[in-house]
Amino acid sequence: MNAMVQSGAEGFLHRFEGLRARLPGARLPWLAALREGAAEAFRVQGFPTRRQEAWKYTDLRPVAEAGFDEPLTMLDEGLALPPGHGTARAVFVDGRFRAELSTLEGIGFAVSGLAAALPGLEGRLGALAHPQGQPLAALNTMLFEDGLVVTVPAGIAGGMLDLVSVATETERPAAFHPRHLIRLEAGASLTIIETATGPEGARYLHNPVFEIEVAEGATLVHARLQQEAPRAFQLATVYASVAAGGTYDNFTLNAGGRLVRNEIHTTLTGPKAACHMNGAQLLGAGQHADTTTFLDHAAPDCASRQTYKTVLAGKSRGVFQGKILVRQVAQRTDGYQMNQALLLSPEAEIDSKPQLEIYADDVKCSHGATVGELDAEQLFYLRTRGIPEARARSMLVEAFLTEAVEGVNDAGARSALQAAVTGWWEKQAEAAA
Amino acid sequence: MPAVTETIDTVQSVTEGAYKWGFQTDIEMDFAPKGLNEDIVRFISKKKNEPEWLLEWRLKAFALWKKMEEPRWAAVSYPPIDYQDAYYYAAPKEGPKSLDEVDPELLRTYEKLGIPLKEQAWLAGVSPQQEGGEGRSMPIAVDAVFDSVSVATTFKERLAKDGIIFCPISEAVQDHPDLVRQYLGSVVPQGDNFYAALNSAVFTDGSFVYIPKGVRCPMELSTYFRINAKSTGQFERTLIIADAGSHVSYLEGCTAPMRDENQLHAAVVELVALDDATIKYSTVQNWYPGDAEGRGGIYNFVTKRAQCRGARSKVSWTQVETGSAITWKYPSCILLGDDSVGEFYSVAITNNRQQADTGTKMIHLGKRTTSTIVSKGISAGRGQNTYRGLVRIAPAASAARNFTQCDSLLIGDQCGAHTVPYIENRCISAKVEHEATTSRIAEDQLFYCRSRGLTQEDAVGLIVNGFCREVLKELPMEFAVEAQKLLQISLEGSVG
Repeated sequence: MNAMVQSGAEGFLHRFEGLRARLPGARLPWLAALREGAAEAFRVQGFPTRRQEAWKYTDLRPVAEAGFDEPLTMLDEGLALPPGHGTARAVFVDGRFRAELSTLEGIGFAVSGLAAALPGLEGRLGALAHPQGQPLAALNTMLFEDGLVVTVPAGIAGGMLDLVSVATETERPAAFHPRHLIRLEAGASLTIIETATGPEGARYLHNPVFEIEVAEGATLVHARLQQEAPRAFQLATVYASVAAGGTYDNFTLNAGGRLVRNEIHTTLTGPKAACHMNGAQLLGAGQHADTTTFLDHAAPDCASRQTYKTVLAGKSRGVFQGKILVRQVAQRTDGYQMNQALLLSPEAEIDSKPQLEIYADDVKCSHGATVGELDAEQLFYLRTRGIPEARARSMLVEAFLTEAVEGVNDAGARSALQAAVTGWWEKQAEAAA
Repeated sequence: MPAVTETIDTVQSVTEGAYKWGFQTDIEMDFAPKGLNEDIVRFISKKKNEPEWLLEWRLKAFALWKKMEEPRWAAVSYPPIDYQDAYYYAAPKEGPKSLDEVDPELLRTYEKLGIPLKEQAWLAGVSPQQEGGEGRSMPIAVDAVFDSVSVATTFKERLAKDGIIFCPISEAVQDHPDLVRQYLGSVVPQGDNFYAALNSAVFTDGSFVYIPKGVRCPMELSTYFRINAKSTGQFERTLIIADAGSHVSYLEGCTAPMRDENQLHAAVVELVALDDATIKYSTVQNWYPGDAEGRGGIYNFVTKRAQCRGARSKVSWTQVETGSAITWKYPSCILLGDDSVGEFYSVAITNNRQQADTGTKMIHLGKRTTSTIVSKGISAGRGQNTYRGLVRIAPAASAARNFTQCDSLLIGDQCGAHTVPYIENRCISAKVEHEATTSRIAEDQLFYCRSRGLTQEDAVGLIVNGFCREVLKELPMEFAVEAQKLLQISLEGSVG
């Protein structure tokens, strides 16, 4: 069997045709219809191009041209899992849930792999992620095989859950499209720390889609540490819906990968819902990372806060696009967004497009953006105190990132992030030395 | 006066009286046949007695335009425009030979608009016959463009003494062909965008300004645009060249009659600033905005761009946009020269059903180039107001600097305010700062003014003027006064 691997949208559509009867849940009519619709949407849209406003700064041609295969996942022995942050842990290898590697005993809520749970997910799967106009969600819906299903019952404090994604395929380029469904019922709480990694040299596509429901008064902290292999692609899309009095707290660290898109759509559907979206993009030579947020204020009295920081070293390119929509019903909205970029290299590029679209008058909305290099005066100050140049630079970069990291409302998640940031900087310093 | 009558009067003054410039002048006009094709382009060129190269230039633009599509990315909506259902050339029949021969009907029109076309009055030190008769310290040279042609230009001789050329562009084509040929289309090429291509094919008049080396223009130059005829579009073209070390301040104003139809205004303005030159370009845009239901009004789709070609050159755009049913306008600066400076100060108001999508582009190419953007958007009624801007820093623009501030004010819960800035930086030593806010008029500010005995409308007017102060202070004095009044008038009827 050495059929040519087809690339582009055709490659994925071809794969869907070949796999459709064997995909999990193929016998569920509702799911078959959902996949069919997604395939049609993907066929019509194809991969987005830079002519589309939402993709103005990110060119997906490297993904479209690559051509991907089914992950085979040969080795389990000696599989290096990243360190956990809590006791509960759900492990995915090449996008597939691995119960035997996971630790999920004794937690007070329901966690399972998606493939096994599919019969009970009619109406829930696809409730928030719609293939129309969202080619990556269409691709995911068409081809997902597994994912995580989490339901935290009303009033339960779920503690911390690690979501680990490891890629193993080093020989052939593999693609996997996990679909994660997370639901917090009224008054529940949970912290998820997601870590995505892969072996050096691996060239794979990780295309996860999250559908997140936060019910009345519930609180979800969702920290995503994207540390994929240097040649990997991650195209992640998060859809979150937050009901009255609920809070969704997303932090995304983009440190790995060659071409990365982190797209978050949050809708505040009930009064006094809150959303914090923070993130850091730490980029080195050859990396392109894009954070695109869309925040939909669809109810009155909601507050949203966003802080995104990008540090660019080497020949890297960072993108931030953030749109805040305030609908007419969303009176007394309080929205704030800040994105800042720090350039460490003359070859780096940053593109930023914050955006406000406001149809309610009793609102307080603002955004800010800054771009610059390390402040020479600050550097000088530290040097005069006897701090070596490299150390001084690292202090200033860390200080630059602090604001984004401090926005995370969970001490455990915060320290995990801090560690990841420090790790990235050390690697950069090594590379420079 | 009984309360009912008073209410009726107020409503009338708001819906009709508010646009004081809505009258129409009956004057004998010369039209080209309706529609747009190569023959019309040839007709216009012939009418203007243009040289062959300019006709070729127009035809090339027309060929490009035919292949182009109308831009649809702006946050505005309007029914499709039938480009064949308009006159592309309309001019008063008897062209004046000199100022003294200007049709008295035209003079009366401009008098009514408060635009002085009589030099004598200025020279004699008498203030013009306009309301209030406010004295002015400085004369202003005026080029008056009526539909498709320039009808009068004042102070030409005085300016000529300093070597300044200020004349209709059709005259410049005859008298200064080399200058026109050298610069026309050098900032906004024919195929730049759909409307620029259309303008390049059918432009009829507009102003031409050349300020020689080292000359500081002794007076404000201004062009006053008036659309009068029915079913016409106005396609003026303005070209300003400030040679090394020169300085000029240029003002632009415009009005149109009230009509139920939409009329198209697709202008192109090109500015060129050479070494150490400064151009200050101020606009008070007061085209007819349509009525409260959104019937009629001007579609203002214009391309304005400046090139700061020389080192230390500076271009400053100031605009007060109160009129037009739809505004699509992005006065921009290409900062080529090292240490060149671009500025953009804007107030845009949308009331009733007006839509505005406006902003600027600052393209930093030279070293140590700086740009400042201050934009104030005010939405009332069912108006939609969008700031759309680009700041791009090229790798070579070391130590470039940009500061942008966009503030939006919402009056009423049926309007919208949007901000869409693009920031693209490829230079490590550049520094870019952008901030945007959206809010409504604070209750405590209103309460404070009301408790001092101000009416609701006066209070809003005062607060809005305060909100726009940073921009208004950039306007030449006479214009600032006019602009302040205009802001208040534009917002009439927007507050309960």
